[in-house]
Amino acid sequence: MEVPILKQGHYLIATIQAALSDEDLLQLRRALLDRVIKFRSRGVVVDVTALDVMDSFATRTLRDITYMIRLRGADTVIVGIQPEVAFAMVQLGLTLEGVATALDLEEGLAHLEQRARSSS
Amino acid sequence: MPDDIRVVIRSNLDIVTARQEGRALAARTGFSATDVTLIATAISELARNIVSYARQGEIVLRVVESANAKGVMIISRDSGPGIRSIDDAMRDGYSTSGGLGLGLPGVRRLVDEFIIESVLGQGTVVRVTKWLR
Repeated sequence: MEVPILKQGHYLIATIQAALSDEDLLQLRRALLDRVIKFRSRGVVVDVTALDVMDSFATRTLRDITYMIRLRGADTVIVGIQPEVAFAMVQLGLTLEGVATALDLEEGLAHLEQRARSSS
Repeated sequence: MPDDIRVVIRSNLDIVTARQEGRALAARTGFSATDVTLIATAISELARNIVSYARQGEIVLRVVESANAKGVMIISRDSGPGIRSIDDAMRDGYSTSGGLGLGLPGVRRLVDEFIIESVLGQGTVVRVTKWLR
């Protein structure tokens, strides 16, 4: 299942809408990178509210996406990690070190705005 | 066991199927949303190990009952290369496939009981159980 990516000004918003296979996650990584380059985006929000499991592969892929996009000079925020999912991730020993997270889309966009202001 | 749910694991798509079946079974058995997620996450990691190390195998999901408790057992079975040192594999940070190296110790923290048997050249069986409280 392909993840829709919305362009909103300088930002991209990817909203995951159902459980994703490894293949889907890698496809999301490719698509986001392509678009960050094409649109010269300044920031990306990945909304994972609909993800019911974040296992080691999903966590690693989201972290890779963030690092790759950072090398393009843009910021990424992961929003909407569900409380149960956060609990399972910590039990499993997974962390999103160096990755910005926010409660929801609104706060994610606010975080990007703040980053843009402080770096200009 | 007649009521076992079996999911053949051959590709990354089967990982999604296995955890969805596990999630549904855990919810039917009466587990909380948090425990359902822990169970689904454990299944995802076990099925991932099958795909990464053994290429194919199966995940069996079973409702189990003891004298005073009910739970869900997940059996992960493959006939892959087997694990050379279970002690090493159960240590945080150890990996032979270039992964994060926290598959099995992480899974053990998600469940109540964890049993692993592995024979080199024959395969690996992991049985984990989560009890309903």
